Amino acid sequence: MGSIVTNGSPTHGHSKMLNLTLQVWRQKNANTKGRMEEYKLKGVSTDMSFLEMLDMLNEQLIKDGKDPVAFDHDCREGICGMCGAVVNGYAHGPDEATTLCQTHMRSFSDGDTITIEPWRAKAFPVIKDLAVDRTSFDRIIQAGGYVSIGTGGAPDGNAIPIPKESADKAMDAAQCIGCGACVAACPNASAMLFVSAKVSHLANLPQGQVERRERTMNMVRAMDELGFGNCTNHGECEAVCPKEIKMENIALLNREYFKALV
Amino acid sequence: MATVLDSKVPSGPLGEKWEKHKFESKLVNPANRRKFSVIVVGTGLAGASAAATLGDMGYKVKAFCFQDSPRRAHSIAAQGGINAAKNYRNDGDSIYRLFYDTIKGGDYRAREANVHRLAQVSVNIIDQCVAQGVPFAREYGGLLDNRSFGGAQVSRTFYARGQTGQQLLLGAYSALARQIHLKNVEMHTRSEMLDLVVVNGKARGIITRDLTTGKVERHAADAVLLCTGGYGNVFFLSTNAQGCNVTATWRAHRKGAFMANPCYTQIHPTCIPVHGEDQSKLTLMSESLRNDGRVWVPKAKGDKRRPEDIPEAERDYFLERKYPAFGNLVPRDIASRNAKEVCDEGRGVGEGQAVYMDFSHAIQRVGENVIRDRYGNLFDMYEKITAENPYKTPMQIYPAVHYTMGGLWVDYNLQSTIPGLFVLGEANFSDHGANRLGASALMQGLADGYFVIPYTLGNYLGGTKLDPVDANAPEFAAAENDVNERVGKLLSVKGNKTPLQFHKELGKIMWNECGMARNKAGLEKALKAIPALREEFWNTVKVSGEAGEFNQQLERAGRVADFLEFGELFAKDALIREESCGGHFREEHQTEEGEAKRDDENFAHVAAYEWTGKSGEQTRHVEQLVFENVKLTQRSYK
Repeated sequence: MGSIVTNGSPTHGHSKMLNLTLQVWRQKNANTKGRMEEYKLKGVSTDMSFLEMLDMLNEQLIKDGKDPVAFDHDCREGICGMCGAVVNGYAHGPDEATTLCQTHMRSFSDGDTITIEPWRAKAFPVIKDLAVDRTSFDRIIQAGGYVSIGTGGAPDGNAIPIPKESADKAMDAAQCIGCGACVAACPNASAMLFVSAKVSHLANLPQGQVERRERTMNMVRAMDELGFGNCTNHGECEAVCPKEIKMENIALLNREYFKALV
Repeated sequence: MATVLDSKVPSGPLGEKWEKHKFESKLVNPANRRKFSVIVVGTGLAGASAAATLGDMGYKVKAFCFQDSPRRAHSIAAQGGINAAKNYRNDGDSIYRLFYDTIKGGDYRAREANVHRLAQVSVNIIDQCVAQGVPFAREYGGLLDNRSFGGAQVSRTFYARGQTGQQLLLGAYSALARQIHLKNVEMHTRSEMLDLVVVNGKARGIITRDLTTGKVERHAADAVLLCTGGYGNVFFLSTNAQGCNVTATWRAHRKGAFMANPCYTQIHPTCIPVHGEDQSKLTLMSESLRNDGRVWVPKAKGDKRRPEDIPEAERDYFLERKYPAFGNLVPRDIASRNAKEVCDEGRGVGEGQAVYMDFSHAIQRVGENVIRDRYGNLFDMYEKITAENPYKTPMQIYPAVHYTMGGLWVDYNLQSTIPGLFVLGEANFSDHGANRLGASALMQGLADGYFVIPYTLGNYLGGTKLDPVDANAPEFAAAENDVNERVGKLLSVKGNKTPLQFHKELGKIMWNECGMARNKAGLEKALKAIPALREEFWNTVKVSGEAGEFNQQLERAGRVADFLEFGELFAKDALIREESCGGHFREEHQTEEGEAKRDDENFAHVAAYEWTGKSGEQTRHVEQLVFENVKLTQRSYK
């Protein structure tokens, strides 16, 4: 986390300007080969977010008659999970527990060369430049990442007391934003952290008990079928996760899976 | 003017209207539901809950979102909570009180019957979400926890840390995922609706553009539900996600749906201040922070000392001073206006456009750990953006555009002026009047989707003679042609200014002339500036790339083009509404103490605009608001 500034004036007053060299992955579409291209960008304020820096690059590219860099983004406040790129080798860039949209240019220095690449995984084909197709994550959830109830007829919200500890554990896991950084960082392109977060969220709650076994089996099967690799305990997923989802969820998933098998 | 607007509010006592209406509504029997197809545009709380529920009931549903997954809609960003009249705290809450607070909070510009229904179904929403596995905050005894929000004196807000919107959306998304798996819902991601298709006066389909391939497609159905959110991005800088836009509702407006109260905008008081020209969005700090954060500025103008060097006696806790009953928890419009006022007086902090929100007293009272437990993620987010630590130094905050109460006009059934076109959630105008209370947006989105539309849509489908329709009808061909022409036109200008530049310029006009305080001269200026900017847009915009590919510049250009028409109607509505109410503050209409001064005699109505073929020349229609239960008073939070 950034340094503590106790000065009452905004840090905006401390902003500096950076001149940067960017190495960006350019790929026209899924069927063409991509390559890295180099761009120079001057006068980047350290108060800008990383995506605002890309906006600036794109305005420059358009003015120069070039194709702007495609990248996914939406909320720009670290919660929708739409943005993400591998920056200098790290999914979501250098800052811990931070999405790319919440990474600010004050994390970089004047004269830096920054490499920017898309998530790379068989299950996440590139659409264009930095934008990838993550529908495989939706498919995993569709396979069982829910409690099978329709609308209406739910008992009173306080009918089943849930120990605060269980609710907190469920919430810790439920914070996953489905960005895919865990897959991008994993040498096996495994989706275990993502799957385990959902399994753990529901396994910690009484509402999730009825379908506990089927959910685990169905989600793991979907994960395998969609081309994600397996977990070999590298721990890269936890290191890059912007929501600090823990690997202990993977341990829980493994336990759940064995319990479901026997 | 004789009104063409029939609210279809059922007769009878307020508390019995919804029950009575449900009983009197036509039904579609379960075996017949599969014969009806329904299009749902948008997959936020309203859209995802509607699509999941209708799919579960047996309708054939097609759902669309422009994001890469339905889980990403901007409902996900709501932080603080969701209101429900559960009265779990035994502190005097009731359905009637939630109804009353919402009507009053909206400055008496909402429809009583809709708001009461919202309060009624609020209790079901919490039950539904708990059953889905939404991990709401709990107390040590295992029961659900609550907190307070602005504009209420009871604790009725349920929350999941600072990520309530995310958890509720993931609940609705998971229900939707189940229906997709069961093949009851066909999901189209990265698909943007670019036109509505009307056949024989009824909404029968949409035209979409596949954002990955650029392919323009036709989709036919028996009814269309727009759940496409608000238009806050007309201001360019707002707390909305980058993709939020007015296109779906604006295209429907151009096809005959009336646009209601477009000038009602919520400016949220607690956002991180603007830092520079290249900023792309503003970030909200949840209203829940006002439970423990005290808002203040120095008493003296131009006091540049650091906050910790300013003694208590020289600080002005202006909300506590002016509104002792509600203090820091006054409604959003009032908190925002007061922040602007003290900054306009020269007492703003930081760069001048900011006030402090100070947690030091709360930290002394309950300890840093408790504060971290309540707001940890928000404090972290603040520090990431500003590099300042709010545990040590007060946050700097300033109001920003956050939510839009206006939207397409709907009747009690959530049906627009086009039969078969329903509008849910923020996209409609119906429940929040001129100001929305905190933690009520999530409530409305889910109320509409889970508990209102299943009844009112059935009533329409069961009670309307619908001819078979298919996407080969000439109306579809014409609409598709229009879309293609428009896309072609955007690409053919080949000028020298990017869509982003136009968006920023429009945003400046809107913020300066149609922002927190509005006046006649400024609005008239906007009404000249916006059409001029629109003309410039169509003559000089530079949209790179091609139609048949993934082209984010083209996406933005289309949305900005629609904002350039919508902004004009916004300013027009603000100019005609010669009163102040809620978020609409006309400087000419204020009390001696600077509070909003309504004109109930002339403006206790909804203004709904009908497209007449040319931007800015819409016809203004009026739906008189009838208050049978609450007495209209000057809102007081003192």
